[in-house]
Amino acid sequence: MSEQAPIEKQEYNITVYTENHVGLLNRIAMIFTRRKINIDSLNVSPSEIEGIHRFNIVINETEEVVSKIARQIEKQVEVLKVYFNTNEDVIWQEMALYKVPTDIIAEKAKVERLLRENGARAVVIRKDYTVFETTGHREETDNLIKVLQPFGLIEFVRSARIAIIKGSDGFNRKLREFERAEPGQEAIENEFLNSRDKVFTM
Amino acid sequence: MLTQEKQAPALPETDTMISGSQALLHALSVEGVDTIFGYPGGAIMPIYDALFDFPGNMKHVLVRHEQGGIHAGQGYARASGKVGVVFATSGPGATNLITGLADALIDSTPLVCITGQVFAHLLGTDAFQEADVIGITTPVTKWNYQVTDATEIPAVLAKAFHIASTGRPGPVLIDITKNAQLQKFAFQGYERCVHIRSYRPKPIVRKEYIERAAELINSAKKPFVLWGQGVILGSAEQEFKAFLEKSGIPAAWTIMGAGALPSDHPQNVGMLGMHGNYGPNVMTNECDVLIAIGMRFDDRVTGRLDKYAKQAKIIHLDIDPAEIDKNVKTTVPVWGDCKETLPLLTQLVEQKQHTEWLAKFREFEQKEIDAVIREELFPSSGEMTMGEVMQQLNELTNGEAIIVSDVGQHQMVACRYAKLNHTRSNITSGGLGTMGFALPAAIGAKFGAPDRTVVAVIGDGGIQMTIQELGTIMQSDVDVKIMILNNQFLGMVRQWQELFHERRYSFVDIQSPDYVQVAKGYGISGRSVNERADLTDALREMLAHPGSFLLEVMVTKENNVFPMVPQGCSVSEIRLK
Repeated sequence: MSEQAPIEKQEYNITVYTENHVGLLNRIAMIFTRRKINIDSLNVSPSEIEGIHRFNIVINETEEVVSKIARQIEKQVEVLKVYFNTNEDVIWQEMALYKVPTDIIAEKAKVERLLRENGARAVVIRKDYTVFETTGHREETDNLIKVLQPFGLIEFVRSARIAIIKGSDGFNRKLREFERAEPGQEAIENEFLNSRDKVFTM
Repeated sequence: MLTQEKQAPALPETDTMISGSQALLHALSVEGVDTIFGYPGGAIMPIYDALFDFPGNMKHVLVRHEQGGIHAGQGYARASGKVGVVFATSGPGATNLITGLADALIDSTPLVCITGQVFAHLLGTDAFQEADVIGITTPVTKWNYQVTDATEIPAVLAKAFHIASTGRPGPVLIDITKNAQLQKFAFQGYERCVHIRSYRPKPIVRKEYIERAAELINSAKKPFVLWGQGVILGSAEQEFKAFLEKSGIPAAWTIMGAGALPSDHPQNVGMLGMHGNYGPNVMTNECDVLIAIGMRFDDRVTGRLDKYAKQAKIIHLDIDPAEIDKNVKTTVPVWGDCKETLPLLTQLVEQKQHTEWLAKFREFEQKEIDAVIREELFPSSGEMTMGEVMQQLNELTNGEAIIVSDVGQHQMVACRYAKLNHTRSNITSGGLGTMGFALPAAIGAKFGAPDRTVVAVIGDGGIQMTIQELGTIMQSDVDVKIMILNNQFLGMVRQWQELFHERRYSFVDIQSPDYVQVAKGYGISGRSVNERADLTDALREMLAHPGSFLLEVMVTKENNVFPMVPQGCSVSEIRLK
């Protein structure tokens, strides 16, 4: 096993596969609050497998703390599996919406160019306002706020982070790491989630 | 057993219309529940109504406070190994369970608590006696669930019993709205739950870890076993003993593990932790391989972590993967049920006798006897000590009794000195340290082990926290021996104030009522002793008395429990005085 985990705090993406169960969000959130850890971002959504939900949780912590938390989360009855990854190990995106006065957009071609440069697209165009949407990392969505601020940005909202763990190869490697840290028989993730009733051999 | 099965009510036939309350009671019946500890109230009345004439021999013990009910459930579970069942009503009934739930969670006690809840249509309206019980109990339960539709009851109850009793056991709470209790539905039978896809109570044991553990053990010169309640919870006492006797390794226990190996076993070297024995604490920092079995390295056991067993390779056997590497970094983790892992390990370890190494523990024991134990157990003059009361009790019970202790100095003394011949004989609030635990837990223990003598050892502080349960004893006619060790102080806090707060005895001087009179008011016989000369006779009277008996023993006021590992110190810095 790894002797010394890095002691610096960094962003970790915790991916949790769960049953769809009332109260589970609370049960998971309490694992963080009990330890006075702030959740920086939280997204809960049905996964590609029917009936299974996926949590994406972002926290800023040391690897040791994150690994202990991951085990506490996995201990919950309705939780199937927990993974945690650094930002390097995931592809992540956040989505943002920007509401801007339409007359300014219409008048100033510059704004339209700025939006295009920032990868934004119009979702709704009304007489009084237009809503643009973009996705990207935090700096990118933040940057567009700065860009739009001088043009009368009315309202802004950003989604929680969603993250996909990089390629299946890396994923399997992760799983082996998990097996080392947790001395138990771990099923390969996709098998584990798809052939639900077969995998449990105990 | 056969008569019980005969008396158990037959399950209603498929499609019979029954109420949610009846479905609940049938579920309990199939799960083998023989005793319920509870207290009725508005939102659980339909269940109590169904219980009124429910066939079979399920007992209901009417407690005096829901906290008493849940501690009784804990005592029952700990003494019997079965799931404790508790009923409470909504709102205050349910919130009164919280301390017991937290206690059961940290001490891994299997419980199924049923709480009534207001009608589903009133949820969230601040209805009378409505509390967010699921929200409140989430951090103190292994699992909880709110039932709002009676058809869910059979499957949810089956799941509740499965979750409470398997893996690392723990408390489960099922909150049932009143409409679901009343609702009639077409019963579809009851199937016990054996599998939940998202819940893996124990892993498949991986042999390579067993092999690595055995290699370490076989090459060790000074191996040392620490065991905890996991051995008891896994019913692995025999497997544990076989492992110890083949490997010849000295073994010490946490207070939750006490009794899994008889006190007088030659390899039992004593108690770990803050008020544990001298040798086991010192040797933790001397051994070369530390084998932790079903214990979780609580801070009261480890003392200062960065000076804990740093020289040793650590093998940790536990069923809960979240415990592995939580407090102490493990060299070889053996994740699994010790009932399975211990025999595999026993096969691979060499038959050995660590005679010299074991003798070192006995040297330390002798030092402890000279410095502490002799004076504590056999004082010839002065006021009585808690230790001598335990010593006299040992003489009379010969280690056959179940000792239920409360929390504080007397608890440490009881755990240190009680002679235990059998497993499931030391019932105490270990992790949470809940004062008031012992009296109700002793009631539950007696129901869980009716053939055994149950002695509750309680301080003058703790007894006053749940003294109302004398009423339960009176009404249920349960035979509990209540031994109050009265030092007229909140002794453990006073000890800390003496040692660490310049004897500033802040609010630890606690007065007591006349306990014998109080007991008498409840129809319980009692006696109070002040003189050493009367002690043995009084203990004899207590044990021989048919039915419950309260014995108050006035002990010396300012005695300290030693040895002691002061907070923030390493286990090897244990003080004898």
